[in-house]
Amino acid sequence: MDVNIDKYLRQDKMPHIWCPGCGHGTVLGSFVRAFDQSGLDQEKTVVISGIGCSGRASGYLNFDTLHVTHGRALTFATGVKMANPELNVIVMTGDGDGAAIGGNHLIHSSRRNIDITVVLFNNNIYGMTGGQFSPMTPTGDTATTSPYGNIDQNFDLCELAKSSGATFVGRGASYQPRKMIKLIKEGLLHKGFAFIETLTQCPVNYGKRNMIGGARDMLKWQDEHLVPDKKYEKMDPEEREGLISTGVLYQVSKEEYTDKYQQVINNVMAGESNE
Amino acid sequence: MARKGKVKIARPDWCKVCGICIEVCPVEVLELGNTRIQVAHLENCIGCENCELSCPDFVLKVVEDDE
Ligand SMILES: Cc1ncc(C[n+]2csc(CCOP(=O)(O)OP(=O)(O)O)c2C)c(N)n1
Ligand code: SF4
Ligand code: SF4
Ligand code: SF4
Ligand SMILES: [Mg+2]
Repeated sequence: MDVNIDKYLRQDKMPHIWCPGCGHGTVLGSFVRAFDQSGLDQEKTVVISGIGCSGRASGYLNFDTLHVTHGRALTFATGVKMANPELNVIVMTGDGDGAAIGGNHLIHSSRRNIDITVVLFNNNIYGMTGGQFSPMTPTGDTATTSPYGNIDQNFDLCELAKSSGATFVGRGASYQPRKMIKLIKEGLLHKGFAFIETLTQCPVNYGKRNMIGGARDMLKWQDEHLVPDKKYEKMDPEEREGLISTGVLYQVSKEEYTDKYQQVINNVMAGESNE
Repeated sequence: MARKGKVKIARPDWCKVCGICIEVCPVEVLELGNTRIQVAHLENCIGCENCELSCPDFVLKVVEDDE
């Protein structure tokens, strides 16, 4: 692809420390290619991540970056965006970071429709800490904390973001990098809260433990279970069983949070009040 | 989809021999060596970029034939 990815990677931090076959590198690669295609200004972009294997993404990216506490990437991102709405603000997070400890921030950032793009690396597990179940570990699956099978239900994060107020929602996957690049690019260019879930394989702490296998087998699994949303929409509920829809799942245009806040400032400065 | 070139091992030292590139290649081009990926049949390469876009370690790049 005609993209000089070196421009977007911190050469002194490479090669990255992700395990052989970890899908996080494919998501990172898709992100930099999408960013290049978006035409956004690298100098006016901040990438923020929390803690986890996925949280390491910001450290590899040659942007202004913040690597913050576990679960709080969206709170820092909200602060950055509110202080300087001119900046493009991007959050990279994991299913643990973004949906467990940080789940509350996800719903409230969605609710505000603040102009932030979230790329959530969903590998269905806490990878970094050795394979504890996350809110995205499917029912019945094995984790170090569910040796007899997980009794929890997992979230549908895209439905969660949508019902909380996000105005762009999409799902991509490491088996489909071309589609993921297009999806992330569209999310970056969307004005408002854009939530992108990317399915990514953790062969070490999820795939092998759940009999899916190594990285190659996990990609085959994706191939057998991914369905483009347009097709998924036309399927009967029984047909949908076990399948996962991909692509842009939802997009609407609504007033954005920092614009609304600026409006308040303008009104107050002009001497108007609500009283 | 650019189909103008062929695969090149652009950053051999970064390869972690995961085999993903072989999984996504529609023809037979790449083979796993002991420590890194190897191009075994360059003549088969159709320049589809599947391997370049899928490699989690940024090892592969499709380049024009004369590069
Ligand atoms: C406040 C706090 N609690 C717990 C941890 C331990 N911890 C580090 S990473 C992590 C989970 C990461 O999972 P996920 O976000 O899914 O990222 P992955 O490693 O799977 O990419 C946890 C619980 C921490 N660092 N800080
Ligand atoms: S533990 Fe899992 S998520 Fe973390 S780097 Fe290894 S494969 Fe990737
Ligand atoms: S996908 Fe990349 S890291 Fe994996 S074997 Fe191929 S070249 Fe090496
Ligand atoms: S460019 Fe396509 S055909 Fe050539 S090695 Fe890569 S995946 Fe195979
Ligand atoms: Mg995870």
